[in-house]
Amino acid sequence: MKPIQSTGCDCSKTDPSLTMNTKNIHMGKGALTGLLGFTLWYLIYRQLEPFSHYFSYSLLGLERGSHLGEAIQFFVYDTPKVMMLLTLIVFVIGMIRSFFTQERTRKYLAGKRETAGNAMAALLGIVTPFCSCSAVPLFLGFVQAGIPLGVTFSFLIAAPMVNEIALILLYGLLGWKVAAIYLVSGLLIAIVAGWIIGRFKLEHWIEDWVQEMRAGEVVVVEEKLTWANRVERGREAVHDIVGKVWIYVVAGIGVGALIHGYVPEEFMASIMGKDAWWSVPAAVVVGIPMYSSAAGIVPVIEALLGKGAALGTVLAFMMSVIALSLPEMVILRKVLKPKLIAVFIAVVGTGILFTGYLFNLVI
Amino acid sequence: MQIKVCGPGCTACEKAQKAVEAAVAAKGLNASVTKVSDFQEMAQLGIFSTPAVVINGEVKCVGRAPKQTEVEGWIS
Repeated sequence: MKPIQSTGCDCSKTDPSLTMNTKNIHMGKGALTGLLGFTLWYLIYRQLEPFSHYFSYSLLGLERGSHLGEAIQFFVYDTPKVMMLLTLIVFVIGMIRSFFTQERTRKYLAGKRETAGNAMAALLGIVTPFCSCSAVPLFLGFVQAGIPLGVTFSFLIAAPMVNEIALILLYGLLGWKVAAIYLVSGLLIAIVAGWIIGRFKLEHWIEDWVQEMRAGEVVVVEEKLTWANRVERGREAVHDIVGKVWIYVVAGIGVGALIHGYVPEEFMASIMGKDAWWSVPAAVVVGIPMYSSAAGIVPVIEALLGKGAALGTVLAFMMSVIALSLPEMVILRKVLKPKLIAVFIAVVGTGILFTGYLFNLVI
Repeated sequence: MQIKVCGPGCTACEKAQKAVEAAVAAKGLNASVTKVSDFQEMAQLGIFSTPAVVINGEVKCVGRAPKQTEVEGWIS
């Protein structure tokens, strides 16, 4: 594919009215408040588990080990725990993201060679602000900047798949090993799948109008942000994201609590255990049309693992739920021909399948 | 005054649209606010991440929903 020529120079437009001039006098004070806030957060966080035991077994007088008692204790412990983790992480990520804009990411990736470009695109996919409905403009921007198709796909795969919220929740609920496995395998799938799609030379399966597109000069609105602005961005992110996903998190923990209390130990071992070879493909096939935010799916996964489901199978399920979603496919259809979407699903699905089997084998 | 709000119609884009409309109403301006949801048209404006706000042909913000107070600053 011929990269679409940018009609103008790549000089960036800067708008002086966007420069926010909040002075940073209270920097030290702000840092102190942050530290105090975090200490308080940590002290409360540490009390959650003892409190859930006290609440369920002493206050409500439920019997330890009973179905209802176990389910309630799980719910009372996990709901505040997940919400507190979520708030902290969304705040920090919101601040970090104020350093990475899509414009900047595009500038980094333009002119990168394929293999290194794939790796960099996958890494940038984690920190660049992205929602599935901005996938199309982002795709157009990448094409216009002459970024290879395979590198673009590495970004498009990593952005939803390696979800920072899922990563932190996995760390908080299941420990750093599971979180690390998820991070590394997600990145590898994005890098390798993007590289393979690049090898296939499928540029002719991009919709014709995209290839003929004569776009205007790329407008870059550079903003000068102070630390106060970045903290504000973090707060906005908490307001937006936590305000939106809390209901899914509570529902997810509710389902998790039911599984935790009422599903017998090792019940999942027969369906989602290591020995059931068909469970990994089944998990992927079930996961693709399902769409849940990462925050809602992690508590369910914690409960499934606790009941003897194999880690590889559960990870495969989670990845296909969050990485391959129907709404995103529908949106991408505007710029990609159906064959390319099919290749995309097939390559990523195979990667997830492979990861599932690998972890069932080694762990 | 010509104000264009670019976005395919997700929650962030609706937020941008609302902020712009509220700002126009608060300032009591006679401005036309149009929604651009066609990707080709956005590309011609030079916009590759959404939501974006364009006022009189000048791109004011890209890739995030502005706050009402920000928009008021741009249009007054």
